[in-house]
Amino acid sequence: MSTIHRLRSNAGAALASGVIVLLVAIAVIGPWFNPNNIESLDWAHVAASPGLTGAHWLGTDRLGRDLFARTLEGIRVSLAVACAASAISLSVGIAYGAVAGYAGGRWDQLMMRFIEVLSGLPLIFFVIFLTVIFGRSRYLLFLAIGAIGWLTMARIVRGQTLSIRQREFIEAAVASGAGTGRIILRHVVPNLLGPVIVYATLTIPQIILFESFLSFLGLGIQEPHASLGTLIAEGAGEMEAAPWMLLVPGGVLAVLLVCLSIVGDGLRDAMVGDAGEAT
Amino acid sequence: MIRYFIKRLAGAVPTLLIIITAAFFLIRSAPGGPFDQEQTLPPEILANLQTAYGLDLPIWAQYGRYLGALARGDFGPSFKYKDFTVTELIGQGFPVTLQLGALALILALGLGLPLGTYAALHHRSAADHAATSLAVVGIAVPSFVMLPFLGLVFGIYLHWLPVAGWEPGSIRHLVLPVIALCLPPLCIIARMTRGSMLEVLRSQYIRTAHAKGLPLRIVILRHALRPALLPVAGYLAPAVASIMTGSLVVESIAGLPGIGRYLVQGALNRDYTLVMGMVIIYSALLIAMGLAVDVLYAWLDPRIRFGR
Repeated sequence: MSTIHRLRSNAGAALASGVIVLLVAIAVIGPWFNPNNIESLDWAHVAASPGLTGAHWLGTDRLGRDLFARTLEGIRVSLAVACAASAISLSVGIAYGAVAGYAGGRWDQLMMRFIEVLSGLPLIFFVIFLTVIFGRSRYLLFLAIGAIGWLTMARIVRGQTLSIRQREFIEAAVASGAGTGRIILRHVVPNLLGPVIVYATLTIPQIILFESFLSFLGLGIQEPHASLGTLIAEGAGEMEAAPWMLLVPGGVLAVLLVCLSIVGDGLRDAMVGDAGEAT
Repeated sequence: MIRYFIKRLAGAVPTLLIIITAAFFLIRSAPGGPFDQEQTLPPEILANLQTAYGLDLPIWAQYGRYLGALARGDFGPSFKYKDFTVTELIGQGFPVTLQLGALALILALGLGLPLGTYAALHHRSAADHAATSLAVVGIAVPSFVMLPFLGLVFGIYLHWLPVAGWEPGSIRHLVLPVIALCLPPLCIIARMTRGSMLEVLRSQYIRTAHAKGLPLRIVILRHALRPALLPVAGYLAPAVASIMTGSLVVESIAGLPGIGRYLVQGALNRDYTLVMGMVIIYSALLIAMGLAVDVLYAWLDPRIRFGR
């Protein structure tokens, strides 16, 4: 049974990916159906409660901004940060891990020791420092979060590379005179993609979580833009008077994270099944 | 065993020193300083302030002075909280944070281990499926969503527990923050225990133990639990790290007077000494946890204790 097939037969993962696709679709096409944008202030409806009949489907916040529009913006921003940050951690992790695994010996030991030291440090503090020092720009946020994810990715890639290095086609490539850089790029990396994709799917929810955490602390996305984290932080302050301000973004974040981790787990199980059948 | 422990302890000192050094130069390289305010101070006063706090010295001299004071156990004065030393500030807040974190960790272990074992013993039962699905939700929903939600339900609608606030010695104010904080590690621990327990239960010596007629309770407690705990012990240090970071937001939502607020506020205010104190406390805790895990490993797995 192929990986795709096994993933399809996993009802939970299929349902979860359906929910994710739906959420993304709403986040992308929603603004065309919603007359309100993220910044316009509606002083006639300040902290209005949700209702399908009114002008604001999911209510408004303290400043009369439309919560539906802001939540959609939050989904888009959170997903964009997650994609950019995982792209960074993916490329750094693959490069580092593949070089360490392929070089082997002393270089490998040295490079892995460095990772060990880094992962022993409380990196979150350094992310807080970085955002404080260099101001709170969106790009720094990508970098800082990506910088955390690459450690585990490098470890996984290095382990895979060690076993790929022993295979015949690498020997054949060496024999035919291919350079080290070419072997790593053309022969090692393409064979890494399976486990790397699985791990990347598992990191995306963690990155979304981390981004919302930083935004919640006021270190992430800045006004007037919104991420799910900033919306939850605003909502938590207005919990008593306007509970929907908390429940809408909080619920969306929870559903998104749960579905993403179900898909990641399903993908991992499907891949593990593949490897198990091969041996 | 003791030699192994001492070796690890000696290895922890340079790690801490590296962290202190990196944090010191990172925070000093931030633009702005602790005396930036709405109104700019007259240059004479600013110069006086900087001399008083030793900020006019070259950075290496400041670093040396800081390390010297630190060796004597002096974290220095806070720049923003006038009349308070960093030791006083942390000393006031730390018991609250420690209470919150320790309760969360105890609860996560105390409920996660039995739950995981129960699910493994009743593999593929309805209870197992329910627990596994609930664990996915518990892991994915962060504490800063869970806590306001719990506050809404149990505080505002049901009036059972206070939503936020703090009274010394009051357990009621800690209930919701502790629950929100412990849920993600609890679910991860339960899931790990279930996985490793399932694996251990399949092994030959467990079958032998069953075959010679030992009651199930003895098989689990005497034979299966110890090896099954190994991966969980490895997760303890990350669990403490996640509880510590979670406690940053949980304290601020629940209005607890812990030390969590000092990290972000201190960094934003350029309160150099306060941030350094926080980094040192947190890193020392993490490193100590790593050491504890090593000892725990050695106890759980005799192969480590007696050398491979």
